Amino acid sequence: MTGGPLLELDGLSTHYVGARGTRITRAVEDVSLTLNAGETLGIVGESGSGKTTLALSILRLLPPGARIVSGALRFEGEDLLAKSPREMQHIRGKRIAMILQDPMASLNPLFTVGDQVAEPIRVHEHASRRSAWAQARNLLGSVHIAAPERRVGEYPHQLSGGMRQRIVGAIAISCGPRLLIADEPTTSLDVTIQAQYLHLLSEIQRERGLALIFITHNLGIVARMCDTVAVMYAGRIVESGPVRRIFDAPAHPYTRALLESIPRFGEADVRLTAIDGQPPDPAALPAGCAFQPRCVKAIDRCRVERPPRFVVGAKHGAACWLCG
Amino acid sequence: MLLDVRNLTKHFPVKRGLFGGEVGRVRAVDDVSFVVETGRTLGIVGESGCGKTTTAKLVLLLERPTAGEIRFDGHPLGSLQGEGLRAYRRSVQAVFQDPYASLNPRMRVGEIIAEPLVTNERLTADETRVQIHRLLDIVGLPQRSATLFPHEFSGGQRQRIAIARSLALSPKVIVLDEPVSALDVSIRAQILNLLRDLQRDLGLSYLFIAHDLAAVAHMSHVIAVMYLGQIVEIGEARAVARSPQHPYTQALFAAALPSHPDERRDEIILMGEVPSPLNPPAGCRFHPRCPFVMDRCRVEVPTLRDSEGREVACHLYTGVVSAPTGVPAG
Repeated sequence: MTGGPLLELDGLSTHYVGARGTRITRAVEDVSLTLNAGETLGIVGESGSGKTTLALSILRLLPPGARIVSGALRFEGEDLLAKSPREMQHIRGKRIAMILQDPMASLNPLFTVGDQVAEPIRVHEHASRRSAWAQARNLLGSVHIAAPERRVGEYPHQLSGGMRQRIVGAIAISCGPRLLIADEPTTSLDVTIQAQYLHLLSEIQRERGLALIFITHNLGIVARMCDTVAVMYAGRIVESGPVRRIFDAPAHPYTRALLESIPRFGEADVRLTAIDGQPPDPAALPAGCAFQPRCVKAIDRCRVERPPRFVVGAKHGAACWLCG
Repeated sequence: MLLDVRNLTKHFPVKRGLFGGEVGRVRAVDDVSFVVETGRTLGIVGESGCGKTTTAKLVLLLERPTAGEIRFDGHPLGSLQGEGLRAYRRSVQAVFQDPYASLNPRMRVGEIIAEPLVTNERLTADETRVQIHRLLDIVGLPQRSATLFPHEFSGGQRQRIAIARSLALSPKVIVLDEPVSALDVSIRAQILNLLRDLQRDLGLSYLFIAHDLAAVAHMSHVIAVMYLGQIVEIGEARAVARSPQHPYTQALFAAALPSHPDERRDEIILMGEVPSPLNPPAGCRFHPRCPFVMDRCRVEVPTLRDSEGREVACHLYTGVVSAPTGVPAG
């Protein structure tokens, strides 16, 4: 293994091309990121900002019609873009795992919990059925499922939402990945169940030393879980940096507006700062900076020229002319 | 008191077999009382299955209560018939969570907004058009929206259309069932601000139901916390949010996500999940998950009692034991 970062994205762009090849959606454009082993990165954005496409690009699990058109993607020093689909299969689930949003949709209703937790162990570790099931029981115990010896034989419909989400977590960590990508892992969960689950993820991370990427629209999850954060808007990272810096001194007007638009406890009489307008259609982006039509601070230059990333602090950068 | 809900109860029978014998009852709402004052907001929080949506349906007359009573402007709803009932239905309107599901995709926005007017009032086409434009103005949409279809609007704009429709009959109460949870983060503040402006300008009362505690605390004058069909704590919003007293309310607020990385709350991780309302636990319904559970909690049902400016249903506050500080004992 190398001493460099665990994951490195350099100028990565992923586009969707319409059936006739005429309509191009720049879902992810020129994204650069680094993530060190054991760290937690939050990727924040609204629907359509490209955050899920970015996650799928890292796993090279893009739907037909989507292509990584440029940039570099390195994981543990290896160039993932040079891997064959077969080689990627050996990486996915073993070295990089992903947790999807909807625990009901990511479990097969026709197979028992034990079969589903054991499957990646059998595929990647070539374990026997018996030993894979034994490992599955241990995994259920480590995600705090009571009576794992009974639960392995049950089907997903017999379990509650919180338990299903923990089983999805057990499947993700079954082969000891170095990186775990969680795409909106708690949106369908109740508040106290969400707290249990985030607590569990921190515990798994601490015990196994894995790196985490949280894909979320919820800045609260970022505040609770992440070391660094990247804010996406219309396919690009508009601001990134250490989480405290971003919350204390947001440099990009979009980040600042997002932070001010969230209700806080004990500030009931404060009027929320609303961001006018709508997020843009990624297939028809405005000229210049994509946020400029909604930005209260826009200057003439923003309407014609796209801002590059300016360094505004230690490891903290923002793509805004006002920071230049 | 505009809306006065007393001992409201709704049980759903569970039937099995050929002759539909009753084998159990889901106690969705059990002995719930609250009031909504003119121009004020009552926020109801709780997790799935706590009965908050059933409560909303009972207020909207979409379900009939098993027991208890709702009084509107002093009149019990049970006694209303004909015109009186129609007047109540006009006065109490609703905005639902998902504006993609609550608007008919085949109707133009103007027709959607005018539908309550067409069914309830005899207006000429010109008068209706004036009303549509007035309502679109109020919610901040351009007048030309009237001729468009819902799919031509974003989520936030659709929620404005749903709000315009709910205002068509000049209601007094609006039931807001998770009105912003389906919207993008940058849009939520727009809708919350709009709802507050409308309340100020039109003197509306809201029954605001949501699981986002910060949003409820922001919008509400009074907060009611529900667990398994019952109110466990109810009181002035700021008092409840600043110093929650019921162990469930404490856990709920402790579990809420921070608004800053340095905001460290006492972490109270509740074990287990909400039990089935089909067979709620004996005594206090929260006792199997409560970090402060005492012997008494397993047998004796706590009732709501005054405690520091709000009402709490918990044996910890009946005067014998000192208040918990947020750190579970043992």
